[in-house]
Amino acid sequence: MNLEYTPEEEAFREEVRTFLKEKLPARLSSKVREGKHLTKADMEEWHAILNEKGWLAPHWPEKYGGTDWSVMQKFIFETETAMAHAPRIVPFGLSMLAPVLIKYGTEEQCRHYLPRILDGTDWWCQGYSEPGAGSDLASLKTSAVREGDHYIVNGQKTWTTLGQHADWIFCLVRTDSSGKKQEGISFLLIDMKSPGIEVRPIKLLDGDAEVNEVFFTDVKVPVENLVGEENKGWTYAKYLLTYERTNIAGIGASMAALEQLKHVARTTKKNGTLLIDDPLFAQRLARLEIDLENMKTTNLRVLDAAGKGGAPVAESSMLKIRGTEIRQEIGALMRRAAGRYAQPFVAESLEEGYNGTPIGPEWTGPVSSQYFNNRKLSIFGGSNEVQREIITKAILEL
Amino acid sequence: MDFAIGEDRQMLADTMSRFLAKNFDWEKRLKVIETEHGFDRAMWSELAELGVLGALFSEDVGGFGGSAFDIGVVFAEVGRAIATGPFLETLMAGHLLAAAGESEVLESVIGGERIVTLAHAPAHDAESGEDRDVTASGSGDDWTLDGAKGVVGYLGAADLIVVTSGDKAFLVEAGGTGVSVSDYRMVDGGSGGELHLSGASAKLLSGVDAGTIAAAEAAGVVALSWEGVAVMDQLRDQTLEYMRTRKQFGVPIGKFQALQHRMATLALEIEQARSSSINAAAFFDKPERDRFVAAAKYTLGKVGNLAAEEAIQIHGGIGMTWELPLSHYAKRMVILGHLLGDEDEHLSRYIELLRAA
Repeated sequence: MNLEYTPEEEAFREEVRTFLKEKLPARLSSKVREGKHLTKADMEEWHAILNEKGWLAPHWPEKYGGTDWSVMQKFIFETETAMAHAPRIVPFGLSMLAPVLIKYGTEEQCRHYLPRILDGTDWWCQGYSEPGAGSDLASLKTSAVREGDHYIVNGQKTWTTLGQHADWIFCLVRTDSSGKKQEGISFLLIDMKSPGIEVRPIKLLDGDAEVNEVFFTDVKVPVENLVGEENKGWTYAKYLLTYERTNIAGIGASMAALEQLKHVARTTKKNGTLLIDDPLFAQRLARLEIDLENMKTTNLRVLDAAGKGGAPVAESSMLKIRGTEIRQEIGALMRRAAGRYAQPFVAESLEEGYNGTPIGPEWTGPVSSQYFNNRKLSIFGGSNEVQREIITKAILEL
Repeated sequence: MDFAIGEDRQMLADTMSRFLAKNFDWEKRLKVIETEHGFDRAMWSELAELGVLGALFSEDVGGFGGSAFDIGVVFAEVGRAIATGPFLETLMAGHLLAAAGESEVLESVIGGERIVTLAHAPAHDAESGEDRDVTASGSGDDWTLDGAKGVVGYLGAADLIVVTSGDKAFLVEAGGTGVSVSDYRMVDGGSGGELHLSGASAKLLSGVDAGTIAAAEAAGVVALSWEGVAVMDQLRDQTLEYMRTRKQFGVPIGKFQALQHRMATLALEIEQARSSSINAAAFFDKPERDRFVAAAKYTLGKVGNLAAEEAIQIHGGIGMTWELPLSHYAKRMVILGHLLGDEDEHLSRYIELLRAA
């Protein structure tokens, strides 16, 4: 047993660090570190830098522009970019749609859509959840009825993250209601500029609107936009949900956030005492760091197993649960550390170029918003309760 | 990065596992824990012959292993069978004997001919209500010890006792003048005793210092954390099996979501504990040793208690019975949390290191 990186992995980590030092714009990393909102242009800028380097799609096969990295290389890349406060890569086209197209799409679909994802021509969003289909996703109702060489789509999707920027949406739609609910679902690619589509923003509790509702009224979709076979969409959706395991725990993001929290704990006083010297705060901080250290090794073990061809189903769900709990606890401690300065809410201060005088310590500006926004972590991607169902199903075999 | 345990270690684990399955089955354990010293002396010699004790020490002191992962593998098998015997005592006392160059003594210990224990923690003094420890006086080869040590593992069975006093350690012959032992059984099987020393002559283990003692404690924590994870695995597997087969309200109780979610959380926590035990072993020879050792013992205490308590609760009434192996695993699990400092103590150490960093 050996937890150290091999010389090759160590060299790769250096290569990633050098790249980040040279190519990650300070303007972007500052925004991420300070918790400011990223614009569409910010995200596209980082996307283009990675594409130029050829590192945008590590999990794609080489023939479509992937890197053929090992799971460890992907982990190193994700951890290093997060620690350097790089913007998160928008995953919808790259990590969610592309693997499905590569596995189940036609060669023609791959050749058409994949290059457009890489060069940023198409911004994709995900059309899964509906008002009546959250954790029980298979009960979705948005319908697609075949008429000649088109489907006519009617219904509503919701929680569509960054849908306001999207050119295309990949949707789960109902093409058959006669049998089991999982067996009548199809996977459809829809142009967001199609007549009959309306996007409405949903303002969230942190005051931001990163998610949307998308309404479909008699939207015509060419039949060639169907991925795979009709009524097999549930299989593809499940594949998509279990595909990208390397980053499900968000270790890199947590490591970066914990560094910031420790810095705050060492420099912030509460009633005259540094937080790190406050026994109760220090105890929460220590428990958190231990949990993260343990999680890092748990994640590496899962990657090691996956790299050797295993399919760690229960373990992936464990990573999702504990990874999100850790990130939420970091946010909770940041909010706690802010004390009374958790209260001021100056929405403009989260935008680039804000010139106002900071209220309280500068780092306190976004912490409440981030804490509230982070509530989503244990809800999306299969709620943590759904993950517990998956774990029990796998280990109980009942 | 490599999570494979290695061929040699796997072979040792398989050998030990087969041996214990054959020679230390459930009926046998129930009998053994009722005996005077709570372990089988003859079986101890056989384990020594198999190389189980040699695996705990490096070649230069007469063993053939001695790395943190070698120790882990042996103790995982101890945990799987909840085997009783002075495993931890041999490891820690042996570590100090090795540091002092006591190769002849250590050889007889590794060979299973002599039993050694480690008297480290102070005893409770009824008169003062305080802890009472051992003081040493003397110089050169001529030392005497006075005082007491409490809850010394397998004291009544020991031929030799390694006694710590501050940052020194001494070797004392059991049965010598001024050495008195009162022994008893432990709640989780095995035995222990209170050691009273009154002008007992002792041999200074030269070469042992605070650092050596800390290293022996760290090795002990690595051992306990691997043993603990193996016990947790047993608690989880036995509870899962019960959830599949026990029926109430006409269905297996595993169908109930209230139990499913508790079990999922437990399974997750056990994987975290496994990772902490791997970390403790992987960083054993590195500067971050103390940090990862503290993290492992804290995690062991936290998750161990959860595993023991949840396993009993999910079993219901049957989990309370002496005849069910599970209850004995639960007892061992909880007591592992008390050895070499509990989770609060190790969390405090971790916080100190966090502040100093």
